Amino acid sequence: MVQATAMQAVVDRAALFDFLLGMGDNTLILGHRLSEWCGHAPALEEDIALANTALDLIGQTQLWLGLAGEVEGKGRSADDLAYLRDARDFRNLLLTERPNGDYGGTLMRQFLFDAWHYLALKGLRSSCEPRIAAIAEKASKEVAYHLERSRDLVIRLGDGTAESHARMQEALVDIWPYTGEMFVSAAHDLVLAAAGVAPEPESLKAEWHALAAETLRAATLEKPEDRYMHKGGKRGLHTEHLGYVLAEMQFLQRAYPGASW
Amino acid sequence: MSSEWPLWEVFIRGQHGLNHRHVGSLHAPDAEMAINNARDVYTRRNEGVSIWVVRSSDIAASAPSEKGPLFEPANAKVYRHPTFFDIPDEAGHM
Repeated sequence: MVQATAMQAVVDRAALFDFLLGMGDNTLILGHRLSEWCGHAPALEEDIALANTALDLIGQTQLWLGLAGEVEGKGRSADDLAYLRDARDFRNLLLTERPNGDYGGTLMRQFLFDAWHYLALKGLRSSCEPRIAAIAEKASKEVAYHLERSRDLVIRLGDGTAESHARMQEALVDIWPYTGEMFVSAAHDLVLAAAGVAPEPESLKAEWHALAAETLRAATLEKPEDRYMHKGGKRGLHTEHLGYVLAEMQFLQRAYPGASW
Repeated sequence: MSSEWPLWEVFIRGQHGLNHRHVGSLHAPDAEMAINNARDVYTRRNEGVSIWVVRSSDIAASAPSEKGPLFEPANAKVYRHPTFFDIPDEAGHM
């Protein structure tokens, strides 16, 4: 609590809470999406690998939402925040709640997110808030592997058979309009960037585009033009898909409040 | 799908200084993915510091049917064990 209090002195508590929710909700919702593949992936090895990634993301969620609860100061735990909020209170990027599609679509979404996640954590490692820097440091190692793996598979499937190429291109076109939100600054982002707590989202854009372009070129895929970009997730305005995710994820705590095992 | 991928044998070194040990096998299209898959399938609980993979088809193995001729002749040759030497006291425990 001493540390949490120290954090509040540097920046506005509400801004910090929103930011931490955003980080935790991204990993929570995407982790849940990936877990939907458990037992269904096209090969045993892929099934385990994707479940590992999902578990990494859920682990990171505990850290981000745990800290968010402390900063909020109303006694809410990471579990409370995960299981007892409604869609309007979630701050995840719309990209993370997109349906899985086929396996190629899941990997394309994963690569585009991993590239952003990796760069965001790289910036957060030098946050002036030591606890944020520590979470970023730990998560970075996991995410470096996520990126290596999703990048490799996007290249293999893009530059694979005629069918895998066509599916990956279709997945890319489908998901691309959801990538712009990663670089849009919400009000709290500007406050935190000015205070040196977190990099401004816009500042990650050039490097992300370079990484995406290099990978898509190797995958023989055509990078779509930046046209209309969907946004709203960071303000709690979600697609209809999030409600279904929460209905499944939160069912147990809603039906049996306080249940634990 | 996985049946189209070749089989790989996986060897993990648990700690620095120990040998790589065979831990199992998996399917993968090539060596790079076999190592990634091995990382995900066999080192989830912090088991390893190094991974080797080798195509199962590249391993030459002795035939089980030749077990008799290969190994049984060694059974009756106890003198091959170094158990018939008197250890001088000065040598201490060996």
